Amino acid sequence: MKNINSKQPLADHDIEQFIGLQLRFGVVLSSLIVLTGGILYLVQSGGMALPHYQQFIGEKAGFTTGREIWYGAIGMQAKGIIQLGVVVLIATPILRIFFSLIGFIVEKDRLYILITLVVLSVMMFSIFGGLKV
Amino acid sequence: MTILTFTLLLLAGAYLAGLVGSLTGLGGGVVIIPLLTLVFHVDIRYAIGAALLASIANSSGAASAYVKEGITNIRLGMFLEIATTVGAVVGALIAVYTPTNTIAILFGSILLFSAAMTLRKKNQEALLVGSPAANKLKLNNSYPTKDGEVSYKLKNVGAGFSIMTVAGIFSGLLGIGSGALKVLAMDSTMHIPFKVSTTTSNFMIGVTAAASAVVYLQRGYMDACIAFPVVLGVLCGAFTGSKLLPRIDAKVLKYIFCTAIAFVAVEMIYNGYNHKF
Repeated sequence: MKNINSKQPLADHDIEQFIGLQLRFGVVLSSLIVLTGGILYLVQSGGMALPHYQQFIGEKAGFTTGREIWYGAIGMQAKGIIQLGVVVLIATPILRIFFSLIGFIVEKDRLYILITLVVLSVMMFSIFGGLKV
Repeated sequence: MTILTFTLLLLAGAYLAGLVGSLTGLGGGVVIIPLLTLVFHVDIRYAIGAALLASIANSSGAASAYVKEGITNIRLGMFLEIATTVGAVVGALIAVYTPTNTIAILFGSILLFSAAMTLRKKNQEALLVGSPAANKLKLNNSYPTKDGEVSYKLKNVGAGFSIMTVAGIFSGLLGIGSGALKVLAMDSTMHIPFKVSTTTSNFMIGVTAAASAVVYLQRGYMDACIAFPVVLGVLCGAFTGSKLLPRIDAKVLKYIFCTAIAFVAVEMIYNGYNHKF
């Protein structure tokens, strides 16, 4: 039991290790997806002229909703796959909040269960609150 | 320019951004925005979307190592994330009503401030007496050093929380991690030892950036063809940086980089003032 002299309770230490792994896994997974989509994109349209990025067209470029991105990626559309990787990247720190919540529940730390829930609600408000306008 | 040329050039640029960003502790985002706008003449809104992704990639990649070492104060991070995520959402909302030239000027100003913050003296001392609020919120902790565990306490929780809200707003508005503001709140205001404040700040950047990233994704700020080289380049650069950091003297590099960043900042402010964005 090498953790016996640790400053923290065992659960705290375990959750730290777990969060570390989860963050790494998320980053690696998202970069693999982005790489796959990127290679496909370059093979298909690498020789084409660059789009006019001086002008911002926003949503009209497509792949801005979860549905569009998911069906685009399943349909093996290069941009859809890249955006799926982007979604996995954005989801990585959000998932980290979930896992911290579980950690605090295991430790029965009521104050931090509450604090984590507040952060999660802000996040959910940002995702589903229709703030895009 | 073809898409292939653009991708390769941006990949190289993003790699350097991630490398320098992790060596100096400023993060990849601050280099990505001037690179895309000043060099590639990309609209600043696409640049902001890309910078947010760079910030998340950088933060999650580095945090995975720091958290395991037990330096990061997870409770402190979680508590302050209330402030930064609310700020980030507010920032993303204000962004719609802010002219791009104003955003460029604000970005330049934050860049100058970040450069100055990087060069200042760091707080190494651990505080021995904390405030009641810090005690109540269980924010006092300890961290491993070469000479064993060092306990630290903190104070000015309210002031730190307020600065974090401002850091969140800038993060949401400009797409950067606002690491400099976060460190100002923790290091200078709450008196947290430097190592803990930088790793905890880095830990929080991912969540803060994600809070506004979802809004920007829905608004079409994140273009797949820009995101692809930026995410991969920054990740590889940051990884190289973390391997290089223990072996080189980053001090000289810091001075060079901060001088360069100051010039870039002035150019962003100048161009924004002349309505070039």
